Amino acid sequence: MRNTAMNMVHKLAARDERVLYIGSDPGAGTLRAMSKEFPKRHLIEGISEAHIIGMSAGLAMEGFVPYVNTIATFLTRRCYEQVAVDLCLHNLPVRLIANGGGLVYAPLGPTHQAIEDIAIMRALPNMTVVCPCDADEAARLMGQTLDWTGPIYIRLGKGGDAVVSKAEHGFEIGKAILMRPPGDVVMITTGIMLQRALAAADLLAAQGIRAGILHMHTVKPLDTKALLQAIRGIRLVATLEEHVPSGGLGSAVAETLIDKLGSGLPAMLRLSLPDRFMHNYGSQDSLLKKHGLSADAIATSIARALPASYTSSPQLHST
Amino acid sequence: MTRISPHAETALACTLDERSLYLRRLVLGSVRSAGRGHVGPALSLIEMVRVLYDDVLRIDPSNPRDPTRDRAILSKGHGCLALYALLADRGFFPLSELDGFCGPDSILGGHPEYGMVPGVEASTGALGHGLSIGVGLALAARMRERTYRTFVLLGDGEINEGSVWEAAMGAAKHGLDNLVALIDYNKLQSYGPTDYVLPLEPLADKWRSFGFAVQELNGHDVGALRTVLKQVPAVPGKPTAIICHTVKGKGLPAAESNADWHHKNKLTDSELDAIRVAVGDF
Repeated sequence: MRNTAMNMVHKLAARDERVLYIGSDPGAGTLRAMSKEFPKRHLIEGISEAHIIGMSAGLAMEGFVPYVNTIATFLTRRCYEQVAVDLCLHNLPVRLIANGGGLVYAPLGPTHQAIEDIAIMRALPNMTVVCPCDADEAARLMGQTLDWTGPIYIRLGKGGDAVVSKAEHGFEIGKAILMRPPGDVVMITTGIMLQRALAAADLLAAQGIRAGILHMHTVKPLDTKALLQAIRGIRLVATLEEHVPSGGLGSAVAETLIDKLGSGLPAMLRLSLPDRFMHNYGSQDSLLKKHGLSADAIATSIARALPASYTSSPQLHST
Repeated sequence: MTRISPHAETALACTLDERSLYLRRLVLGSVRSAGRGHVGPALSLIEMVRVLYDDVLRIDPSNPRDPTRDRAILSKGHGCLALYALLADRGFFPLSELDGFCGPDSILGGHPEYGMVPGVEASTGALGHGLSIGVGLALAARMRERTYRTFVLLGDGEINEGSVWEAAMGAAKHGLDNLVALIDYNKLQSYGPTDYVLPLEPLADKWRSFGFAVQELNGHDVGALRTVLKQVPAVPGKPTAIICHTVKGKGLPAAESNADWHHKNKLTDSELDAIRVAVGDF
């Protein structure tokens, strides 16, 4: 996913002279081809994220579209005030390409694990937050970033995530994709949780539970219309995210449902990481499994929650 | 610890001409109307802003977004009363706006906002942002082969922020000789002396070692400011830092070098009387 997104920056630069790549201190050879073809628009500015965000704001004020790239935690925690004030307050078209969203850097420990990035980026007025599920979707997203108004936070997974998105679904920032029709339950996913949701849906189907999937690649602005459509007639809404429970996709969905439905809310199950830093290493997969976000565990949690939801809110959800 | 610069001594002794007194009356009129304002930081800055807007910047108040204009960012946004006075006096907006300072429907807040105030290039107030934005503006000029220059006004307390020094390294890396940093070195931040809070000396050597061409002067000497600012870049191929030795609260004896006047709420009758004695009736 990361290589695809990077290569897309090069392609966009070829198409549009406003496009800049700005890295802090990325891996050797990052966008080497772009650095040769467009050396003046391939900028490596050092481990100085606060400065880089401000500098990108200045460049965007003059009509450039900077694509700023570093590890997700450094692009969010380190320079939060610059992102808030320089980018969001001025509503500038800077694209933040965050490597290693979620637990991609599991072996490197909690300093490198972006577990609250969606929450803090989503909280900022004018910010758009997108979490593509695979390389193909990342490419479709990047193609739409040139003329989007305001800043975008792009949360990338690691390389080699299974490609599950489909070209025929298209892609539009802010428009969720219905991957499977809602049945007894609908799972709302973002980022690479889609892969796990698809596998979990198969496991649930084997138990006779019909599970729909709404892929909410854009967490902000949230596709309220698609969400309200997807929950019609279902018994349980389950949100899946590689993120702490505060402020991420589950929160966004719950807030939206409360705001739009008021009463008669559907039963909800929010599956997420716990509200704590990870002190285990291993791999992204092993940490997700440890915290109940394997396909098996997701299916089990949903199957367990479903009967309860039948009794707790029996007649729901016509909107 | 502080080296006593001869410029600091002349800043203390420097007398103010009628235009400098007039601009102070505008600033203090806003404070009187609003019942609040950062007085000391604005008064130390007035001559720097005055010379920029009167003599140096290529600007057109009737077309504040002219692409060819020079860019100026007040990175120490809390000094905005000085900037507002100059912008109003130069015709970017009516002088009457100054009376609404910090009011519910005013365009003039306690820190300057882009999009609200004609002539303001960037919203500032959180410290340590302006120089990086300035680097971006200056780099854009270079890349687009445009001739505008970028001036960034920084506070001395502000340069406690590490991001300022990240920006300084970035400016030097790119050899941005179309970028000028002016440091309002009044040696007094909110709590007290800069030497006590976080010593800055040797300040000129710091900027020099970060790759800037450095000038030092009395920041209340209008003639010296004109001379130096009209000769930028000081060294081709290098960004310029101008360390302006100033006096916080300059022009009001009670406020000069007095941390209690960093931010002032309602002015008392006796304070208003003292202001009239110092700067004239307003």
